[in-house]
Amino acid sequence: MSRFDWLSEYLARLEDDHVLVRRGSAEALAPAHLLELDAEDWSRASRVACTFDTRFVAIWGDPREGHVQVYACLERERDYLVLSTAVSLGQPVLASLTPCYAGADRMERHLQDLLGIAVLDHPDSRRWTRHQAWPDDAFPLRPDFPAAGRSPKRTAADLDYRFQRILGSGVYEIPVGPVHAGIIEPGHFRFQAVGEEVLRLEERLGYVHKGIEKIAVGRDPAGLARLAGRVSGDSTVAHAWAACMAMERAAGCETPPRALHLRALMCERERVANHLGDIGAICNDVAFSFAHVQCARLREQWQRRSRELFGHRLMMDAVVPGGLACDLPAGAAELLDADHLALLGTLDALFDVVEDHPSLDDRLLGTGRLSQADAKALGCTGYVGKASGQGFDVRRDNPYAPYDGLDVRVPVQTAGDVAARVRVRMEEVRESLNLMDRLLAVLPSGPVAVPLPEPSVGAVGIGFVDGWRGEILSFVRFAEDGRIARFFPRDPSWLTWPALERLIHGNIVPDFPVCNKSVNASYSGHDL
Amino acid sequence: MLRILKQSLRTGIVTEAAPLVDDAELERIGVVLRRRIGERFGRSLAIRQVDAGSCNGCELEIHALNNPYYDVERFGVHFVASPRHADALLVTGPVSRHMETALRRTWRATPSPKLVIAAGTCACTGGEFGVSYASCGAVENVIPVDVRIPGCPPTPLDLLKGLLGAIRARTGAAG
Repeated sequence: MSRFDWLSEYLARLEDDHVLVRRGSAEALAPAHLLELDAEDWSRASRVACTFDTRFVAIWGDPREGHVQVYACLERERDYLVLSTAVSLGQPVLASLTPCYAGADRMERHLQDLLGIAVLDHPDSRRWTRHQAWPDDAFPLRPDFPAAGRSPKRTAADLDYRFQRILGSGVYEIPVGPVHAGIIEPGHFRFQAVGEEVLRLEERLGYVHKGIEKIAVGRDPAGLARLAGRVSGDSTVAHAWAACMAMERAAGCETPPRALHLRALMCERERVANHLGDIGAICNDVAFSFAHVQCARLREQWQRRSRELFGHRLMMDAVVPGGLACDLPAGAAELLDADHLALLGTLDALFDVVEDHPSLDDRLLGTGRLSQADAKALGCTGYVGKASGQGFDVRRDNPYAPYDGLDVRVPVQTAGDVAARVRVRMEEVRESLNLMDRLLAVLPSGPVAVPLPEPSVGAVGIGFVDGWRGEILSFVRFAEDGRIARFFPRDPSWLTWPALERLIHGNIVPDFPVCNKSVNASYSGHDL
Repeated sequence: MLRILKQSLRTGIVTEAAPLVDDAELERIGVVLRRRIGERFGRSLAIRQVDAGSCNGCELEIHALNNPYYDVERFGVHFVASPRHADALLVTGPVSRHMETALRRTWRATPSPKLVIAAGTCACTGGEFGVSYASCGAVENVIPVDVRIPGCPPTPLDLLKGLLGAIRARTGAAG
């Protein structure tokens, strides 16, 4: 099947609807196909795209002179389409995509809070990322807003956010957070419950908003890679890779094959480390501490090896623009081969227990069920999507080097419950071990880094990487002197946080921790 | 059950010896006693961890303190669910402006005498994020800090040394 065979049909439908495509380009934002439209056609073009059964990936804005260039990324049958339009700052309004794509909800409110574009016909007019750190008539991502901010005084608590309430006999409300009981990131959860049953969960995030998009502006490529590696610390390799991929595409950099293989190796190591930690933590949340202790032990061994061979326990700052900060030491491949074999042996025994243990089955089967329809509507990827029938995986479906030479097997389950998410994660660990062996077997020789060529002013690039949580999108535009003008990282958590609100419905309040852990969305990656 | 016992027995005990913390080490990790308080914590420390804006890297390494290699509870260090039960706050991240009030309130809810430990480079200096419209930077810009443990993120061993140093300094048993 030739790639992108639905594009001509989509363009024909746009023409039927009198939507004028100003410019179409397969190269400008490769691998995505870019279509530039007029702002008044935004709603029609997205409605038509919706009838093509496209999956929503992201929406973001890029402030330019006198206007904001808004981009919306969609995916269908493995191909990415980016719709783009210029929104004048004289009249900063744009039609909402949320009526068609449920996943666009919070990203559009983020766009509204940070760039001041009023999103029309959005079903939820409340602010999202903005709490009380800046007023409602100031927009941090606009060029005239100073990165240092305007009011150095104390930031008040965010008291007047209107939570939706359920009224009725016996209904009560449980506010939780932002400071939680465990060692976990901050956020607020508002439960409406009757007895033990959750009628509704509403999330209020944005507590760890650190202004990542704003402080990226003016950085050099190496500085952006460091920042991208801290969008979400547990996905440091994947985010740094996605940002570097975007920069390398914008600058026309030929990254050495050895560097790409080693990036993939690190990315799979990151996946294994996080899945091990989470599988253990999920078991711990239902009081099965044996698996928790065993997984924590394996994770620690894994991280120690990462430090020995990649210089850092989480492999932070190992991915740099143009390649890698350093090569593997001599003898590393043999050590890793032995590690993989030993881990596989241990996991066979351990996962055998996790897969078939009555007390785990009792607590995990049927708990926190995300329907396939909800997962599809939100556009969930990663283990949350895969456990609910959504098999998209960038490594297999829109492969980037070195995955284009590997046949990635993607586990898909349909039950959508916590147990299914655990099974998907266990399968992913096994597949990652298999992929790492194959990567090592064909590891090319040569340099691990080349200098990033000077990007031209206005050069844009987009990166798609499958991190351990799922599909990461990273958008970069360069200004003068190779400095960053715009950086937007879209963590998969943007689409799995709303999934948590849906899958908790009808469960009991005490099962919230295990449901939450099975999704494990990133607060930092979402709040930016 | 047999499968579990087999795995546990085969694994054995992996917990490692406590790291040595001498005076020079204490100096290096920058233990600062801001206020001399005679009250002792009986060599145990109840910690309330507060993420005030981190990227979650520090949380991963704080979690690792509880794994069987470090087993931090054997030193009398345990993590509690409420600041009202805590002797110390272990704060990570640059303090985001959206967490500023929450952090202040958590500090106020912690009974005195209390210790504030800033964990990670961001908590110590603002790190990669610094001070901006969205970030207050270092923890000491918001609440008083007694102990600093730098690192991005600090390794579990760095954290362990910092915590042990904090207990020693606090119980007057240093040296």
